[in-house]
Amino acid sequence: MESYTLPPKPEKSLFKKIKAILITVIIAAIYVWTFLGIDIDWARAIDRIANNFARVIPNLFRPDWSATAEVSLSILETVLIAFAGSLMAAILAIPLGFLAAHNMTGSRILTTIGKWILSAVRAFPDIILAILFVVAVGPNAFAGVLAIAIGSTGMLGKLYSEVIESIDMKVVEAMEANGANKIQILFYAVIPQIIPEFLSYAIYRFEVDIRASSILGIVGAGGIGTMIIFAANNRNWNEMGLILLAIIIVVTIIDFVSARIRRKIV
Amino acid sequence: MTNQSKDVIKSKTPSLFPAKTKAQVTLIFFVVLGFYLFSMFWTQRDMVGGFSNSLSNMFTVIGKFFPPNLSVIPAVWGPMAQTIQMAIVATTFATIFTVPLAIMSAQNITTFKPLYYATRTLMNILRTIPDLVLAVIFVGLFGIGILPGILALFIFSLGILAKLISETIESVDMNPLEAMRASGGNVFQVIFFGLVPQVLPQFTSFVLYVFEINIRASVVLGLVGAGGIGLILDQQLGFYNYPNAMAIIILIFVVVIVIEYISNKLREALI
Repeated sequence: MESYTLPPKPEKSLFKKIKAILITVIIAAIYVWTFLGIDIDWARAIDRIANNFARVIPNLFRPDWSATAEVSLSILETVLIAFAGSLMAAILAIPLGFLAAHNMTGSRILTTIGKWILSAVRAFPDIILAILFVVAVGPNAFAGVLAIAIGSTGMLGKLYSEVIESIDMKVVEAMEANGANKIQILFYAVIPQIIPEFLSYAIYRFEVDIRASSILGIVGAGGIGTMIIFAANNRNWNEMGLILLAIIIVVTIIDFVSARIRRKIV
Repeated sequence: MTNQSKDVIKSKTPSLFPAKTKAQVTLIFFVVLGFYLFSMFWTQRDMVGGFSNSLSNMFTVIGKFFPPNLSVIPAVWGPMAQTIQMAIVATTFATIFTVPLAIMSAQNITTFKPLYYATRTLMNILRTIPDLVLAVIFVGLFGIGILPGILALFIFSLGILAKLISETIESVDMNPLEAMRASGGNVFQVIFFGLVPQVLPQFTSFVLYVFEINIRASVVLGLVGAGGIGLILDQQLGFYNYPNAMAIIILIFVVVIVIEYISNKLREALI
């Protein structure tokens, strides 16, 4: 009887082998550097947690209900910051999205410029932007709005440009062939194709921004973060428990509603 | 064609959208606009001088950040390296611990429902807590240092990774797994030879994605005392030393861009 053998494995090219080895070596080197560089004072950490555990963790589960009114107002401000910021970003990102989409501008240079602007904006963490805006417009909620608006523009612009690049260009060509002008093409061929996904991404970004705006107060940009930093500095862990509860509830509700709306739109 | 018949055609042309949709869209538009105006009013209510005043003020203040004092960069290189190391350690441990969690919260592998719902709920709650809040709590527990930072990043990325990977596991082709089970493979063999090859490319891509998130997050953890470059940035801002702060911000910016570039290249090479 004929014996069955497995087919031979495909030969890997020398280039691929070298590449694989090189990547492994680099990753190994990074790990060596990391674990040699990191030094944690374990004795002190264990000492601290032994002291603090009973003071912190049980209190987190015993929220201080007397602060309910204050926490509700703060979390409302957080939602408002996120809303105003995401709406600004949703609008600001439209021109940038069109600029970075290669099928709209038709010029490589413009597209590259657009993509560079967007990735430069994306590289700033939200909270760093908040620091800059707190210095500029003072420690208030509006600094948070501006930070969220600029921070979200980078990500939304990138997502928008990908949506625009994926539209069906045949519709555009057909309208061009029929003698439609640029404005008509934009309104009847491009916009109907992109609206659902634009809306969906903007709403998704609002979800992300709720989380982002809840920490902006740490640098003074309004919202519930201000209370977080006060509660932590005063070691008021009961209040922290209530704040955490408020964040968890609001984020969960908004995630749920936003997921429902997005499913309806797309 | 006479003018009159043109008019007739025009009036008979149906609108592109039904009237009900139009009414709905208009209503939603006004609700959104109203909420926006309220947000703008609310967030600016305790701003001194109002919007236009602060806008002109903004440019004068931003001017203070320039020129950045780039000579501090060698001095802050140590904390910057520490920041990156924190992100690497946290991502590595999150990657290891996410495997059992992701398998437990995937509906098609975990047939024991209570376990599935328990892990899924826990992960959902964990994901709603922002990383900096976790850092605040861990600083309260362990004191100032990099350990609370690493733990905060670890817990935070565990939530994201477990969700992304469990969704990938749920979308795999179950036929090879069934075939293996039918020909007598045990649970571990089925997971290793049936599941792992299907999930691995996505897995790597998500791990790199979470690493990028962790790098961004780790640079700001220091603001609440959880180690790294954020601590130095916070101090410099506290001293109103804006040129130094700007130099640190530029360094963060460059490091984030470089790491994202490397991570993109790695992703292309691995997939």
